[in-house]
Amino acid sequence: MRRFLRNKNFTLGFALSAAVVLMAVVSLVWTPYDGNRMNARERLQGPSWAHPLGTDQYGRDTLSRVMTGAVNSIIVGLVTVAIGLTIGVGLGLLAAYRGGMTDEAVMRLSDLLFGFPAVLTAILITSILGPSMVNAMLAIGIFYIPVFARLTRAVARVVWEREYITAARACGIGEWAITRRHVLPNILSPLLIQGTIQFAVAILAEAGLSYLGLGTQPPHASWGRMLNEAQTYMSANPWLAIFPGLAIAWAVLGFNLLGDGLRDTLDPRMVRMR
Amino acid sequence: MPEAPLLEVIDLAKHFPLGGGIFARPTAWVRAVAGVSFAVRRGERFGLVGESGCGKTTVGRLVLRLLEPTRGRIEFDGQNILALDRAAMGRLRRRMQIIFQDPYSSLDPRMTVEQIVTEPLRAGGEQRPRAERRCAAAALLEKVGLRASDLRKYPHEFSGGQRQRIGIARALCVRPELIVADEPVSALDVSVQAQVINLLQDLGEEFGLAFVFISHDLGVVQHLCERIAVMYLGAIVELAPVQRFSREPRHPYTEALLAAVPLPDPRRRSGRFAMEGDVPSPIDPPAGCAFHPRCRHALDRCRVETPPLIQAAEGHAVACWLNDGKGLEPKGGMGHGA
Repeated sequence: MRRFLRNKNFTLGFALSAAVVLMAVVSLVWTPYDGNRMNARERLQGPSWAHPLGTDQYGRDTLSRVMTGAVNSIIVGLVTVAIGLTIGVGLGLLAAYRGGMTDEAVMRLSDLLFGFPAVLTAILITSILGPSMVNAMLAIGIFYIPVFARLTRAVARVVWEREYITAARACGIGEWAITRRHVLPNILSPLLIQGTIQFAVAILAEAGLSYLGLGTQPPHASWGRMLNEAQTYMSANPWLAIFPGLAIAWAVLGFNLLGDGLRDTLDPRMVRMR
Repeated sequence: MPEAPLLEVIDLAKHFPLGGGIFARPTAWVRAVAGVSFAVRRGERFGLVGESGCGKTTVGRLVLRLLEPTRGRIEFDGQNILALDRAAMGRLRRRMQIIFQDPYSSLDPRMTVEQIVTEPLRAGGEQRPRAERRCAAAALLEKVGLRASDLRKYPHEFSGGQRQRIGIARALCVRPELIVADEPVSALDVSVQAQVINLLQDLGEEFGLAFVFISHDLGVVQHLCERIAVMYLGAIVELAPVQRFSREPRHPYTEALLAAVPLPDPRRRSGRFAMEGDVPSPIDPPAGCAFHPRCRHALDRCRVETPPLIQAAEGHAVACWLNDGKGLEPKGGMGHGA
């Protein structure tokens, strides 16, 4: 652990991300106000003691909404990374040990998916399936499959070349057991690093989709959604856009730094490549 | 010797495709192993020597069926192992094991020594109680000169020589009859090399193990093995018991290899010669005898016809036209490269 804390990226990233997670956890049991309760008398206020981050056009408390928005962002990050990890890692492992046609098929499919502009396709998917948070997560998650499939295949192939794999094969241990027992444990670090970074990307992507009205639907609080709603009232109350924007920047920066820090400490070889 | 060999290899060949993909045909073939035959008796230490790239490692992997040969036969204890199905092969694998060159890459860094050493026991469906496995592992570690308390450690906590001992313990775990040792000491310091070689020798005698000992170091092989085969560009060029080997090498390549073994007495070096040039590419091997471009005795015939491996004396086979009835040319007067 001391090794991690010596890394500035990790320490700062950890602090920023921990704050986001803490905020989300707290919001589950307590928020200053009900984030969805409207109050016509306190519309479009700036920061004050009663409403530290001000209120929106319906008089809803911005702090409460930013807090519940954190839950939303974390769920999106977790679900999308989980989709990418389970399917992508599975495909990558399969491609690495089967090789040949399977490998080609998985990799060309990944290329195909990579070939589409991610945001445009996410918009396409959500407009076909209908705008909702679940569909937004699905759209982002699908784009994570090739990311993890490629990474997994690349690092797993390196592991397959190791002699301890040959030793296991010489003992008559099957390919699947080798994958489970030797390959997977040895590729966890790069997957963890990539997972953290994709988590940050997912938060940003969901904010983008919600901003376009394709993600989280009102009245649920989402940082992207809040930005969208703030747009109309920019001149009346600029704070309305600043705080959700700051929250997005904070969270994305935090998880990115965390990923960088993890990479620096877990995989020193990758640092030299930069 | 009427006793049936433990391992018999007949005309074994492996060609690797070069270039090509799923749609393209390979542009060339690397003939890593081009027809090799030999036999190893029970408890015999058989050495396979040659420069890097001569196919000796590939032979080792083929023997264990870690690679599928292009052609040839491999018989283990009378069974044609290439005809075995997955399950039968799995059972047979317990009777033959491998020791690797690189003590760093051959142990999984995420496993404890106990997990590494007992891994062969977990294959093949047989489930022995954990306590029993641990006990076996502890006994094995002591056998290879480590302590039972090392079981809980990870590979990075050991030196190269100790790691190689762990690899040996893993190979011994299933009580095999044959061990393919692929350059087991060439990554180690010289002092540690001697320890590991003596360990292999002791264990071999204790368990009646047969070894296929692969090395580029003729000195090591001469010390450990009873019979030696010299490989050059995918083929065996000379095969003889170790005593005959150093006294009367019949192939010019063997002679050159022997000349490359360092001797303690520098005066004895005179009259020996060094080989020139590099090993030709196995993609496009020279016509005739593969060694002729580097051979100081090369005849016209060597450039055209490939010499077969023929019995030159009792138990001594050689593939060289110079041995067509007579021995090598008398040495001396030709030591140009010395």
